[in-house]
Amino acid sequence: MNLVVCMKQVPDTAARVAIGGDGRSLDPEGVTFVVNPYDEIALEEALRIREKLGEGEVAVVTMGPEKGSAALRSCLAMGADRGIHLQDAAFQGSDSLGTARILAAAIARKPFDLILLGKQGVGTDNSQTGPMLAELLDLPHVNVVVKLEIMGKSLKAFRQIEGALEVIEAPLPAVVTAQKGLNEPRYAGLKGIMAAKKKPVEVLCLRDLGLPADEVGEKGALVRWTQLELPASRSSGKILQGEPEEAVEELVRLLREEAKVI
Amino acid sequence: MAEVTVFVEQRSGQVKRAALEVVAQGRGLADAWGGSLEAILIGTDLDDAAAKVLPLGPDHVTLLEHPVLSDYSVEGFTQALSGYVARTNSLALLLPATAMGMDLAPRVAARLRVGLASDCISISSGPDRTMEAVRPVFSGKAMATVRFSSARPVMATLRPNVFPPGEPVANPAGKITKKTPELDETKIRARLTGIEKDQSGEIDVKEADIVVSGGRAMMNSENFGIIRDLAAALGGAVGASRAAVDAGFIAHQHQVGQTGKVVAPKLYIACGISGAIQHLAGMSSSKVIVAINKDGEAPIFKIATYGIVGDLFRIVPLLTEKILKLKAE
Ligand SMILES: Cc1cc2nc3c(=O)[nH]c(=O)nc-3n(C[C@H](O)[C@H](O)[C@H](O)COP(=O)(O)OP(=O)(O)OC[C@H]3O[C@@H](n4cnc5c(N)ncnc54)[C@H](O)[C@@H]3O)c2cc1C
Ligand SMILES: Nc1ncnc2c1ncn2[C@@H]1O[C@H](COP(=O)(O)O)[C@@H](O)[C@H]1O
Repeated sequence: MNLVVCMKQVPDTAARVAIGGDGRSLDPEGVTFVVNPYDEIALEEALRIREKLGEGEVAVVTMGPEKGSAALRSCLAMGADRGIHLQDAAFQGSDSLGTARILAAAIARKPFDLILLGKQGVGTDNSQTGPMLAELLDLPHVNVVVKLEIMGKSLKAFRQIEGALEVIEAPLPAVVTAQKGLNEPRYAGLKGIMAAKKKPVEVLCLRDLGLPADEVGEKGALVRWTQLELPASRSSGKILQGEPEEAVEELVRLLREEAKVI
Repeated sequence: MAEVTVFVEQRSGQVKRAALEVVAQGRGLADAWGGSLEAILIGTDLDDAAAKVLPLGPDHVTLLEHPVLSDYSVEGFTQALSGYVARTNSLALLLPATAMGMDLAPRVAARLRVGLASDCISISSGPDRTMEAVRPVFSGKAMATVRFSSARPVMATLRPNVFPPGEPVANPAGKITKKTPELDETKIRARLTGIEKDQSGEIDVKEADIVVSGGRAMMNSENFGIIRDLAAALGGAVGASRAAVDAGFIAHQHQVGQTGKVVAPKLYIACGISGAIQHLAGMSSSKVIVAINKDGEAPIFKIATYGIVGDLFRIVPLLTEKILKLKAE
């Protein structure tokens, strides 16, 4: 079974956010970049499928600048067999559809059975790439999956919706996006980190993928951020003083009369 | 042919409140552009659902009915929605940022080759009938303004509970039309084979007007009983921090935050939750926030509307008692 995991390098969620000089992007100064947490879950699932079947290959593909190679190495250290790094100045500024086009072109070069992504790239929080990739490759997809079973040439996935799980079956090849709860990603041990150094990483550019330059990057983008601002800070509220009984009495009064929410 | 199109989510004839919020925003956008509004419902037996949408003032309500679409399937709904919208001159297509909307919108956007802004908290009309959207990014630590290219319709999903639901009009003039979408059934490959309802009968945190959450301070699952009691007294849902979920006090479906659910209720009560940035990411757009924490320096107080510094094991039961007394009056 050929498994492909799409991985994005993202700012650490604990990172302090400052606005870049252009007024529309994150100032990367002092921010550490990590493997998107949902993509770790996607990778863990791919590794488990390979282990369960006792055969197969797990390839991790990432689109982004050179510094993404560190995240790719972490994935190889976790146990992925090979990496594909899609790197080109022309990719910069891609929106989700552009990203999905680039990923689709890279993935379509070899036969595959299952593509796993995160349900969301933290930071930009678009939650679009998985379904878009499925659409471009004309594949079925199941989004926001918390349990996955592979049954021969098809899959059964449990997808989280409001107050319930949808059970969905689909033939392979297919696209699945991972939600927290699907598994607990493993840590890369020292052995894994050493082994990762010898694993192959292919670096591909726009020309290798045969994509028109105006369909990707800033040029091809159908949406773009024109401004990034820090949120208006909520005015610090009222601390209710006194004995618990008095404070609770006052809280209930305020919730009814001032905020009118109960 | 309407300028603004909204997708109205329904399951088994039940229309989500989030979908009505989208209709109201669509109405506002259509009015700003001097255009008309079309609401689209997809499924089977949609008459009752259509009747709920009509009073919110769409000019057209279009029902795309097909037996194959009785259950939601992303490939079926994508065909129906994009197939229909592609034949209109729609300038904007809005959907709720629900599980269904967030699944369907990207697939439709990719098929129509148009731009999509996810989980927006504000949309506005710009010059020349353009739309601008604002969405929280970096776990709510920043707000991004999104502009679209000229490809139409521009698309956005709207975060539930942030927008007002809209006022019903007295004599709705909108027309209901039924259509049968053309479907390639061989391209509906991912199919629903079952639904596992959450058996607990609990209200989902994303659906609730009021959410009461407990954190690490709860210490064990039994203690969560006082959170459940307060939630029950208020008719709300039970939420939790990741620390409480990871410690096994409560199931993951209750987790609020960056790797849990994003909620925006009218009232959010955080009990024994410090207010880590990843938790705030999930609840900071709540209208009113109450924090109960014994540490007066806890970051949660920085965003709380009202705060009580003290022991939650004393305060929460007192609050429940007081609310129950009020309700009895
Ligand atoms: C990638 C990533 C994703 C994450 N995603 C999430 C997420 O989705 N949701 C989330 O919540 N967290 C998330 N976290 C974890 C987050 O960073 C915090 O660790 C977590 O929110 C802390 O939970 P807490 O506030 O319950 O616990 P603590 O931070 O330990 O706070 C407990 C609080 O309870 C107070 N307290 C103790 N006893 C009492 C008492 N008797 N009465 C009143 N107050 C009391 C204390 O003063 C303290 O403020 C994530 C972290 C990472 C790295
Ligand atoms: N630049 C990228 N390279 C590889 N995978 C990506 C990239 N951007 C997004 N993805 C994948 O798409 C998922 C959803 O991302 P997004 O649509 O940006 O929220 C991520 O969890 C990744 O699996």
